[in-house]
Amino acid sequence: MSITLTAADWLELFTQFLSISLLAVGGAIATAPEMHRYLVGARGWLSEDQFNSSIAIAQAAPGPNVLFVGLMGWNVGLNAGGGPAGGWRAYALALLGVAVTMLGMLIPSGILTYTATRWAHKNRELRAVRAFKTGMAPLVVALLFATGWLLTAAHQQPARDWRLWLLTAATALIVWRTRLHLLWLIGAGAVLGMMGVV
Amino acid sequence: MPTFDRPAPATTAEPPLNAPRSLGDLFWSFTWLALQGFGGVLAVVQRELVEKKRWMTREQFIEDWAVAQIMPGPNVVNLSMMIGGRHFGLAGALAALGGMLALPLVVVLVLAALFATVTDHALAQRALRGMGAVAAGLIIATGIKLIGALRRNALGAPACAALAVATFIAIVVLRWPLIWVLLGVGGVGCAWAWRGVGNPPPPPANAAQPPQP
Repeated sequence: MSITLTAADWLELFTQFLSISLLAVGGAIATAPEMHRYLVGARGWLSEDQFNSSIAIAQAAPGPNVLFVGLMGWNVGLNAGGGPAGGWRAYALALLGVAVTMLGMLIPSGILTYTATRWAHKNRELRAVRAFKTGMAPLVVALLFATGWLLTAAHQQPARDWRLWLLTAATALIVWRTRLHLLWLIGAGAVLGMMGVV
Repeated sequence: MPTFDRPAPATTAEPPLNAPRSLGDLFWSFTWLALQGFGGVLAVVQRELVEKKRWMTREQFIEDWAVAQIMPGPNVVNLSMMIGGRHFGLAGALAALGGMLALPLVVVLVLAALFATVTDHALAQRALRGMGAVAAGLIIATGIKLIGALRRNALGAPACAALAVATFIAIVVLRWPLIWVLLGVGGVGCAWAWRGVGNPPPPPANAAQPPQP
């Protein structure tokens, strides 16, 4: 897909991620529904497939899962440059997208974590700290389910997509119950997809 | 900024803890453990830093992990900053953070670029469909695993379930922005917990507020 981004749009992308950063209690993936609402829904800067593949590739690759944020920035920049056909300019914009989204995602939470860690460590018996931990825990779990749900609900044709949902359910069961390496599962998903099974 | 001062670990029969030798040591240690972690780095962090390198005790790790989870931001990234910051201050935090992200980011982008060159092929599209379904399953499984951690939650199962269901409905059905869900449902949860957790035995003189998202 091809989109146009003005300097003001880039700034808005940056500030959006600055604010998402401070919402990422329970990990960056918990904010995926919010990114989806903004990038795919409100702005149309990312396609549904790009959003899903950013998460899938980051999950398949080594390293912290937060890198899916950089991948989304990469895809937004690539779209702004007219896709891979746009040559070096598209890739330069893609790198700008990575920088904007990753820095936006990391700067506020990093500063807050660094300064608050010491305070929280000293006051870990404080009632307010324990109440915050206890009260937020159920939300963190629910956000993970919401993210998984939104990723599966991206497929809107139940008649054709029930096999995909079955694969999602089977994956969840295998990861929950066994210690099978995640890479095998991602690979299996790719192979099943290529063979047209799902 | 000062480094984090910590109480000296209780003397046990265990050999003394090690420490990272330098900023470079921090950077490469975190790079190495990030590159080992597929679908999440936490398990690798625990094994490498507690068991192999002995930079921290198991108790310290659990305590740090709890704090890293409360703070906004990616948990593992928060944890790496806390560990780096304890040994070398701000420079240490940045070295650990850089190690955690720099090389893995290059790997992810190379993978994505490889995908992009074939992304117009029906075959790659279909492969990604399958991978996306698996990724959704991975995230749901993480959620299932964390339900176990809620069992020890002071709120009790019914309250936890009510908060979780309210969160899920607000995000998935009502499509509320995350901030309102965190402030609204989270605020109710924190107030509920405030009544439930009671006061600790020695009441601290400090009455500051927790960092609210």
